[in-house]
Amino acid sequence: MAVTEDILRKQFPILGLTVNKRPLIYLDNAATTHKPVAVIDRLRHYYESENSNIHRGAHHLSQLATEAYEQARENIRKFINAGHNHEVIFTRGTTESINLVAYSFSKKFLNPGDEILISEMEHHSNIVPWQIACENHRANLKIIPINDKGELRMDQYRELLSDKTKLVAVTHVSNSLGTINPVKEIIRLAHQYNTAVLVDGAQAAPHIPIDVKALDCDFYCFSGHKMYGPMGVGVLYGKEKWLEQMPPYQGGGEMIKEVSFKKTTFNELPFKFEAGTPNVADVLGMDKAIQFILEVGHTDIARYENDLLKYAIDRLSELENIQFIGTAEQRTSVVSFLFTDIHPYDTGTILDKLGIAVRTGHHCAQPVMEHFQIPGTVRVSFALYNTKEEVDALVNALAKVREMFG
Amino acid sequence: MSGIKEKEQEIIEEFEIFDDWMDKYNYIIELGKSVPEINPEYKKEKHIIRGCQAQVWLHAEYKDGKVIYTADSDALITKGIIALLIKVLSGQPPQEIINADMAFIDQIGLREHLSQTRSNGLLNMIKQMKLYALAFQKSKS
Ligand SMILES: Cc1ncc(COP(=O)(O)O)c(C=O)c1O
Repeated sequence: MAVTEDILRKQFPILGLTVNKRPLIYLDNAATTHKPVAVIDRLRHYYESENSNIHRGAHHLSQLATEAYEQARENIRKFINAGHNHEVIFTRGTTESINLVAYSFSKKFLNPGDEILISEMEHHSNIVPWQIACENHRANLKIIPINDKGELRMDQYRELLSDKTKLVAVTHVSNSLGTINPVKEIIRLAHQYNTAVLVDGAQAAPHIPIDVKALDCDFYCFSGHKMYGPMGVGVLYGKEKWLEQMPPYQGGGEMIKEVSFKKTTFNELPFKFEAGTPNVADVLGMDKAIQFILEVGHTDIARYENDLLKYAIDRLSELENIQFIGTAEQRTSVVSFLFTDIHPYDTGTILDKLGIAVRTGHHCAQPVMEHFQIPGTVRVSFALYNTKEEVDALVNALAKVREMFG
Repeated sequence: MSGIKEKEQEIIEEFEIFDDWMDKYNYIIELGKSVPEINPEYKKEKHIIRGCQAQVWLHAEYKDGKVIYTADSDALITKGIIALLIKVLSGQPPQEIINADMAFIDQIGLREHLSQTRSNGLLNMIKQMKLYALAFQKSKS
């Protein structure tokens, strides 16, 4: 399938909506992407003809659902090039994946005086779980700073790493700046100290190929809903050697081998970390979304989105008093900016009136806003269905904003 | 009709002349620019009402049985809406402020600015305005 706008856009029914009497222009894809018909149909098909609880009943439907669920695990293993199916754990999303590791890894490995390293550009989901873990285990949280382009200060990172560092948690791609971090190098350096690395891949998964083997990362997290899949489902990849040693995160059905009131023995991987009835339908939906991405192809997606990004930056630069936040060399299709003389909330309100959906505010990355000493930004984030005409409409709308406030 | 309802009616009539949203917002922006600035002394942490997107500062004092509000925001549209809220509530007796339903916001088509997702501080500002009124009323009796 080639990325020809017409064919592609038709697969996303919601793109036909009107908002405030104008055709919707959706440029808030870093918050969540829309879903292609194939994903929506998959959910429907599951509830219409496969619905049943998995890994339990021996009846026909249960077998169908179990097979589909485990096939999805295999497909996702391939998608991220993991070594084993049981290294792929289904969760509610990136946030839960990070919390799982912050809880279970820390319980086993984090001791008083140890250190966890995160970066200044993390999403709150990759900050707060570590704050809680550090508090629980009397460990210290250390922050890798960013430079004014919105890139990690690798020199500072090298200085911060030490024998005390138990884990480094960094984002693959920043949601507020679009920066692609050199995670492979980050991991290589951490491993010199036998330090584990968790990569927050929420913003990477829809845009760039993930190869956990090539990265050699210890944990990798992403959400279905940011990559054309359903909400409420995501993945935690973890190396077997860690997952085997980590205690369960939640107790309940599925995750046990035998239960008695004296002693319960836990199930093996991956089930040890999947307590309770899983979100089967959405796992299957996410599986379809991944198939969709693979059919379009990462190379085509990257080429198309980079082209759009470049076009957007060029066009936006025409506007007066625009300040870009995040100008990293390596970045995905996110443009964060503000007018130096207009509050981002005002800009966002008028854009909404004009049928254009963007995100304004701090994007759950308050430390980033603090670094740049700004109240927030207007964030435009593209997906593979956005077009240059939409960028033109955005620029025209922003010119209108300037007229109204300037 | 209470003082507050009268003021609300005035605003509703003012807004009836706008038949397109752009005129309406231009008017709100102008209002925002004309809000008497809050005394810088009050533009401090203590008086801030945090929203995730825009900040609001609010100050209230009690004079001759009436509550006088001044406020400010870093966003102009928020500030314009603040001007409307102040026009309606400032200079009124505490009990009336406590009872006010602020239905006019809906009638002039600005309800979306009071929704949770906007998190522009306005919703909390109204709450805070009422809390001030309540406190003044208590201290009076
Ligand atoms: C970089 C990053 N990490 C984590 C998250 C949290 O993802 P979710 O809300 O799907 O758990 C997001 C989503 O906004 C994100 O952009």
